[in-house]
Amino acid sequence: MDVMPKWAEVVLVPLISLILAAILSALVILGIGEDPVAAVKLMVSGALGSTYGWGYTLYYATNFMFTGLCVAIAFHARLFNIGGEGQAMLGGLGVALACLYIPWPHWSLALIGATTMAALFGAAWAAIPAFLQAKRGSHIVITTIMFNFIAAAVLNYILVNMLRPKGSMDPATARFPDATKLPTLHDLLAPIGINFSKAAPANISLLVAIAACFFLWVLIWRTRLGYEIRAYGHSESAAKYAGISPVKITMITMIISGGLAGMMAINNVMGESERLVLNATEGAGFIGIAVALMGRSHPLGVFLAAILFGFLYQGGAELALWTSIPRELIVVIQALVILFTGALDNMVRMPLEKIFLSIRNARAPKPERKPVEPAE
Amino acid sequence: MDYMTLIQLLDSTVRLATPLLLACLAGLFSERAGIFDIGLDGKMLAAAFFSAAVAAMSGNVWLGLLAGIAASLALSLLHGLASITFRGNQLISGVAINFLAAGLTVLIAQDWFQQGGRTPSLIGGARFNPITLPFADALEPMPIIGPLYAELISGHSILVYAAFAAVPLTWWLLYRTRFGLRLRAVGENPAAVDTAGVSVIGLRYAAVCICGVLCGIAGAYLSTALQAGFIKDMSAGRGYIALAALIFAKWRPWYALWATLLFGLFGALETRPDVIEALIGIKVQGQLLGALPYVMTVIILAGFVGKAIPPRAGGEPYVKER
Repeated sequence: MDVMPKWAEVVLVPLISLILAAILSALVILGIGEDPVAAVKLMVSGALGSTYGWGYTLYYATNFMFTGLCVAIAFHARLFNIGGEGQAMLGGLGVALACLYIPWPHWSLALIGATTMAALFGAAWAAIPAFLQAKRGSHIVITTIMFNFIAAAVLNYILVNMLRPKGSMDPATARFPDATKLPTLHDLLAPIGINFSKAAPANISLLVAIAACFFLWVLIWRTRLGYEIRAYGHSESAAKYAGISPVKITMITMIISGGLAGMMAINNVMGESERLVLNATEGAGFIGIAVALMGRSHPLGVFLAAILFGFLYQGGAELALWTSIPRELIVVIQALVILFTGALDNMVRMPLEKIFLSIRNARAPKPERKPVEPAE
Repeated sequence: MDYMTLIQLLDSTVRLATPLLLACLAGLFSERAGIFDIGLDGKMLAAAFFSAAVAAMSGNVWLGLLAGIAASLALSLLHGLASITFRGNQLISGVAINFLAAGLTVLIAQDWFQQGGRTPSLIGGARFNPITLPFADALEPMPIIGPLYAELISGHSILVYAAFAAVPLTWWLLYRTRFGLRLRAVGENPAAVDTAGVSVIGLRYAAVCICGVLCGIAGAYLSTALQAGFIKDMSAGRGYIALAALIFAKWRPWYALWATLLFGLFGALETRPDVIEALIGIKVQGQLLGALPYVMTVIILAGFVGKAIPPRAGGEPYVKER
């Protein structure tokens, strides 16, 4: 029996967790001798006060939508994919190869090609841990962590020894050709009369990310495969009994998950830096964990949480620029969100359940006792 | 490769293996009691910062060590609160602790020292200095044994010897005491321990606390012995390598020693590409060597070379039946 009404489950629990995380973050800011109210004001004006700020907020949010969806779909099958970071790195490699070695005639074709390559590379990097989990029983969390480190080493090796242009000291690829340049939000919004900032990196990948959110919703709640994934996540033994193959679900879920993480590369590699640099992902794969937890693994929740984290990221950069608060404040907030919405979930949930239970008991009329008929 | 190069290589192997060994034993206690801990890295990082900070301010490295242990213990208790008391997801809690340590250490370091997220360099009594064992100077001129004793065995900080002593101690505690038996049982079958009238929660908290203390020593070693001061993200994924070593060692103390020494050797070789080239005749890229512990762990975990079976109740919160 559900103790809590659905709205409490979906809105109240995450909201209270978020408030707890916010209070602790404010205490941290106080602790280092800064004013939390002024900090929030600066963050809001820096991240949302101009189209320039919005451009950065939405750019970061695009990254987090992809990585958040990556973690979320894995959560539905009760798999914890910590490897989003490595999968996104490999996705970057896919994008770089597609953009550098194929002469695209137009950006739209380049976008389709690069997205495919990014998804393929990310999916391949997730498929190995998935296979090892499904067939050999090795724990997917450990394997995906190890694969993050291996991905970083492999990428470092490839960038330094293979893709680096001759004569360059920088461990990065050459700049992508102009034909692969993606339109920014400025280009997209100019025809309809909105003057969006030219300097901000938000680009058409945002629309791809929103489409991905929608498709994932359809996949999880409107298809047979999504049903199988959720069934497997709820109870492996019941799913097996219903004829759902654990190997198949683990593989497919992780391939989709890795593909989504890889697709992040069209935003940061193709859309922003326009070449592949070392550490292009900047920890976005890990932020995906916080985003998925906060969004309760629902695509709409992931979308909203990603925008919140985009705001925090851009706001945090503004704070580091104008105050003596370092950028690492965002890492602390991220940790607190993961802690409260993920690990300490029961701390919020248990008292709430008690409250709802007592309300219901108080409201419900006491069942009348029927007089016991004496036995004849 | 001559004899002295070998001694030097083994010497830096020991130095690099020490933090891995301490963290690996820390993870061993926690995971043997059924609590997965991927927060080893964060605990080491927090301990590294607080021990360096307190040592820098007080000039006393022992106070620093205590502060490091206290910081690591605090994060351990947080992990215990989330995963034992509130029965949350242990993996997610570990991830949160890693990020919390990564962010807070830089934030506090910037607030206390204003040096871009680092502590001042530690000098003199604020560091664990090398100890010269008795007769090391007298034995040094002897062939073979002399350098072995003077360079490799002597001349490390006290924490290195403590780490190596912790291996037999861990073995004794786990396999020869009642506490150890119960601790291992609680990681395999907590319900049986509960039936015997022993507190599952108490045992698990004890294990998590031991884990915190050992991680604290590992972190203090990083910033006060291996290096002289704290720098941002100085644990550099060592907690994860320790985790890899733990799987490699199949959750057993003596194997943990060999696994961490092996991974320490990889770390030592990474800084000496000339030695590898002389040994196997081809130039191996440092980055690829750095990834070797992770690749080996994946292979071991997949059961291609001997199967690593984790404690059976690992990762699952214990719910007492009513």
